[in-house]
Amino acid sequence: MDIKSALFYVFSAVLLFAAFRVITARNPVHAALYLVLSFFQASGIWMLLKAEFLSITLVLVYVGAVMVLFLFVVMMLDINLDTIRQGFWKNFPLAATLGAVVALELAAVLLGGFRVSEPPVAAQAVGAVAAQVSNTKELGIALYTQYLYPVEIAAVILLVAIVAAIALTLRQRKDSKFQDPSQQVRVKARDRVEIVKMDPVRPAPAPAAAEEKQA
Amino acid sequence: MSVTLGHYLTLGAVLFALSVTGIFLNRKNLIVLLMAIELMLLAVNMNFVAFSHYLGDIQGQVFVFFILTVAAAESAIGLAILVLLFRNRSSINVDELNTLKG
Repeated sequence: MDIKSALFYVFSAVLLFAAFRVITARNPVHAALYLVLSFFQASGIWMLLKAEFLSITLVLVYVGAVMVLFLFVVMMLDINLDTIRQGFWKNFPLAATLGAVVALELAAVLLGGFRVSEPPVAAQAVGAVAAQVSNTKELGIALYTQYLYPVEIAAVILLVAIVAAIALTLRQRKDSKFQDPSQQVRVKARDRVEIVKMDPVRPAPAPAAAEEKQA
Repeated sequence: MSVTLGHYLTLGAVLFALSVTGIFLNRKNLIVLLMAIELMLLAVNMNFVAFSHYLGDIQGQVFVFFILTVAAAESAIGLAILVLLFRNRSSINVDELNTLKG
């Protein structure tokens, strides 16, 4: 067994163990950390498949951004562990059976059906010119020529995600005091100073009451 | 015996089966449900990368790139909804989300 196969088996064993712990961990924080581990193993396997750019992207984008977001959210929420674990063991037999059936059937088909062990020779011959081009450059050329329009759509999707996430979670305090700049700009001089007209001296009401007392 | 395309596809299949099991098991826990979806996407991406390598075609990796983009957007919005949900209901139990039920 060569070193590449050995690495493949090590990476997949750890990946499957980590994935198993993700779905069975009691604490969601542990589940998130095991998911980080499984992404790292997957990135190693993609490195074996000579997809260097995607493997590094997986670590940067998933572990660096998405999983940190997951961890933040998990720590922000005060989760009652007992209520969310209800029905775990009740569902376990059905779930395990179903998972085993899916895995065995797919393995039976895929292990027998795809016995390709080397990349095609034709692609390597064509790739003799492309051999000097790295995986990242090859992917970049494909993305920015043939897939330019989908790249722009992906950018719009990310923009929509940003706006949606902020719009959903933005919360204004009801008791906060704030200035309204538009009202400040539209203010008129008569809103500032109010002139009240009144007599300089007011007649005293006292004499009338005194006269009535005399009468 | 050397590793063939089938080995990688089987790894993806087992990973997918594990995450299906996870969805069944953690029916109440919305966070772990989202994590199981991430695992499923990882399994699918594994298949794409394996095919891309063994068929000598870069298109598979381009597809994985777009899947990663959409998955990042999905988890960002999903977590935002989760936070909003927890703020309103003080729980992330899926069974309590029956306000829209007729």
